[in-house]
Amino acid sequence: MGLLTNRAKVLEQKPLTFMESLYLPAILKGMAITFSHMFKKKPTISYPEEQRPFSPVFRGLHVLNRDEYGRENCTACGLCAVACPAEAITMEAAERKESEKHLYREEKYAAKYEINMLRCIFCGLCEEACPKDAIYMSETFAPSNFTRKGFIYSKDELLIPNPVDEKEKYEIAKGKREVQLKNK
Amino acid sequence: MSEEVKTVKVTIDNITIDVPQGTSILNAARMIGGDVTPPAMCYYSKLKGSGGKCRTCLVEVSKGSEADPRPMPKLVASCRTGVMDGMEVKNITSPRVTDARNGVVEFLLLNHPLDCPVCDQAGECHLQDLGYMHGKEATRYEFKRRTFDKHELGPYIQLHMTRCILCYRCVYVADQLTDSRVHGVLSRGDHSEIATYIEKSLDNNFIGNVIDVCPVGALTDKTFRFKNRVWFTKPQNAHRDCSCCSGKVTIWQRGEEVLRVTARKDQWGEVEEWICNECRFEKKSASDWVIEGPTHVSRHSVISQGHYENMKKPKEIFSAVHDGRSPKLLMDIHSVSEVNDPSVDLSKINGSASSDTFKLSRKKQ
Repeated sequence: MGLLTNRAKVLEQKPLTFMESLYLPAILKGMAITFSHMFKKKPTISYPEEQRPFSPVFRGLHVLNRDEYGRENCTACGLCAVACPAEAITMEAAERKESEKHLYREEKYAAKYEINMLRCIFCGLCEEACPKDAIYMSETFAPSNFTRKGFIYSKDELLIPNPVDEKEKYEIAKGKREVQLKNK
Repeated sequence: MSEEVKTVKVTIDNITIDVPQGTSILNAARMIGGDVTPPAMCYYSKLKGSGGKCRTCLVEVSKGSEADPRPMPKLVASCRTGVMDGMEVKNITSPRVTDARNGVVEFLLLNHPLDCPVCDQAGECHLQDLGYMHGKEATRYEFKRRTFDKHELGPYIQLHMTRCILCYRCVYVADQLTDSRVHGVLSRGDHSEIATYIEKSLDNNFIGNVIDVCPVGALTDKTFRFKNRVWFTKPQNAHRDCSCCSGKVTIWQRGEEVLRVTARKDQWGEVEEWICNECRFEKKSASDWVIEGPTHVSRHSVISQGHYENMKKPKEIFSAVHDGRSPKLLMDIHSVSEVNDPSVDLSKINGSASSDTFKLSRKKQ
């Protein structure tokens, strides 16, 4: 049978020389390399005690934004869903009532909004498509889960804490990025 | 008694065509088709007297006719100007026209609220297309946009006067299709608005057609209000036996639900046959209709993103190779997802969904 490709190499099999047949020098050489690594800088960190800083362009878990009065920005325009190459985003719209004006910024809002994190490829096109400043990708990743059900994120998981009603939570969620940027 | 119709030669953007005498430049350009056709926001071939208001169809006439070859001094509205023998017209080949159209788009958008994310017309809006094709990226307008008192136009039609560009198409529909016109344009200039006189509801059987002729989202269907975006619904040609109209419509479906019924539209976005209110607003289940197949949607429209047309589904082979056993479902999406809940039929709700609609569905679970 001929060769399947012209890149295949024929392996040379020579008998071992005397030094090679002793094995010990090769073992010692290997041990020396291993030992020398003890004095080198460690490339790993002990997560979760230590954490690496995220790149400023990192695209993590999505959040749904609110404005400074705590009203939801999303109007269910569907542009994120149509931009999504993985078809991970679905939503259903509803009309705002007179009594709900403090909850939603515009007359239409997303009554339901879901992102299937199993489908999401974190490309960030939803963030780019959004005309209402409503969806952003944060600096966290989707936590692991034992069931598929846990990866379908609804509005409860996605919305940021209300800056008016839940001030403390909001401050924690905001993170330290802004402070870091200011100090620079 | 057929008389010989005189034809005249007209050249539009260096394409020559013979058209019957009395044809407008716009219609001659439509006979050629393609990019040569000027856009039209107010002209509607099915409505007598329409046109001449929006100025988007402006063209340059570089040669008046064979008899009088002088060019016309100003740009002319092609929907209202008849062709002459030997006329030469420049549309996309004239920089003056492109520049003028740019200005017209800016004027049309001066008072337009640009609430496309909320508007139900988005995706099939002629003003959106026009702005995208001919407009500039930003506005230079710095003042407050006009606002209006709300007018109720009956149980089926929603009027958003802020979005109106005053094309008068709906007024012509009410005038020519129905016996008694109850709505028209009040006031003048910046204050002019479409309104029913003293809040009269329009109860004529064909008044729903004003929704289809509206080039923007000023008149929209209340029964479809906020239910879905048009590009996520599946347009299908359908018909039924109707006592008062042709019954030939396009139904817009999500799954089996019929979310919206509209008249069929031709390539210029004009209604092919008017349909009655009963077909449009009251027949909202798939069993009311005989479905003919997916509507042809232009490849350039966002509505075509669903690829419903010419879709060939692959044959399911799982059950064939597993002795008729169907595949085991790992997760039923409805057990987790609240979107598209089978217990909520949006097409059965009159008007838009609200928080009550979805609260009920959560209780059922």
